[in-house]
Amino acid sequence: MTSTVSTEGAHAPSAPEFPMPRAAGCPFDPPPALKSEQELGSLRKVRLWDGTTPWLVTRYADQRALLADPRISADVTRPGYPSPTPLRGASFSFILMDDPEHARQRRMVTAPFTIKRVEAMRPAVQKIVDGLIDDMLAGPPRADLVQAFALPVPSLVICELLGVPYTDHDFFQENSKTLISRSAAPEQRGAAHANLTGYLDELMGHKIARPADDLLSGLGTRVEAGELSRREAAEMGVLLLLAGHETTANMIALGTLALLEHPDQLALLRGTEDPRAVAGAVEELLRYLNITHGGRRRVALEDIEIGGEVIRAGEGVIVPNDIGNRDPEVFTDPDRLDLGRDARRHVAFGFGVHQCLGQPLARMELQVVYSTLYRRVPTLRLDARLEEVPFKHDGSVYGVYELPVAW
Amino acid sequence: MKVTLDQDKCVASGQCVVAADDVFDQDDDGIAVLLDPAPPSARADDVQQAAAVCPALAIRIQD
Ligand code: SF4
Repeated sequence: MTSTVSTEGAHAPSAPEFPMPRAAGCPFDPPPALKSEQELGSLRKVRLWDGTTPWLVTRYADQRALLADPRISADVTRPGYPSPTPLRGASFSFILMDDPEHARQRRMVTAPFTIKRVEAMRPAVQKIVDGLIDDMLAGPPRADLVQAFALPVPSLVICELLGVPYTDHDFFQENSKTLISRSAAPEQRGAAHANLTGYLDELMGHKIARPADDLLSGLGTRVEAGELSRREAAEMGVLLLLAGHETTANMIALGTLALLEHPDQLALLRGTEDPRAVAGAVEELLRYLNITHGGRRRVALEDIEIGGEVIRAGEGVIVPNDIGNRDPEVFTDPDRLDLGRDARRHVAFGFGVHQCLGQPLARMELQVVYSTLYRRVPTLRLDARLEEVPFKHDGSVYGVYELPVAW
Repeated sequence: MKVTLDQDKCVASGQCVVAADDVFDQDDDGIAVLLDPAPPSARADDVQQAAAVCPALAIRIQD
């Protein structure tokens, strides 16, 4: 390979493998090899586990343009779709569909995520957060923050919103973990998926018989009206339960670790009562951490000319938002965690019609958490060496399995 | 400035409301509603921000 023609690398048979490993001791930054690809160009070829070589889109502007392009499909069943694992055990709900069916199903569940409805939940979330901190402070002065706090917060919130009994949380947290783990065998993921769908299907039966004021009951009404099959409703339930848990929990735990490693930034958060400053800090942590590190996956429906290349119809496309959020053309000194910057244009929730549905809820939860936890536990510190913290390199959501803390 | 909103494109992310809640609102299902199609120039920055973060490219601005 020569270094004179930048596009040559894009077609080289020796395309680098994706995903790439992170640097040891650098848990918050995207893999160095991914950064190198970004420096080489916006449209690159990478090699996946199955030997296929989809496009990797590294620049922020091209990432947004492609994710908002109607000529690109999120349909996992299309040939050329760059699947992250053999035999996906994942839910086949609307995140893996195209419009108009995607839009039709998505609009059935948008109501609880409006800004007003989410704001109305803020006091209840504050109470959950305060209650969990009370419990932590009442016990011995050390804990695994994941189990004691980071996981229960979003779990309690999403269970309440969906109408899922929180008492079942061991069951669905165990199965969710398996379902999104890349290292689990395909059969294991398949079984976890079947368990969760079966559970939601049964719950849907109860909701149809005795509707309450929750999201699953709302879907039950749609099933009764013939707008949705019960199977589709159960799949949507799995998707929302899963998405509501893993993402926010990891943002809480990994965000706390990042702040403990950046005491000057943590001090900013502790020292402010301004909700705008807290909201800004949340955006920057979303930009900086990028817990959805596997990239958005798509397949081209038509030839698309972008970034000096042509993506041919049927070719796979991977959009890793972690590197897009570190694009120096958009964010000055992008590898610096700077809670004071305006990071609102980040693509941590994706972009285009598939952008995260739960983002208003996630933002509100994180605002409550980050503005409460470090104030109420001002001596919070890591109770291990950074190298001992187990990071989730193998999952589709990045974060930590455990976060030993003391105060 | 003149603002237009394409409700058919909207994916109910609520981002425009967060950026400028005097110019955008949401209906009960989250679909954006334009409150002020001709906001004062003092609101230009926030409205630009709304258009920039809208994932569905549903907001257009003319000077
Ligand atoms: S930002 Fe765009 S997609 Fe989101 S609610 Fe406003 S118009 Fe709709």
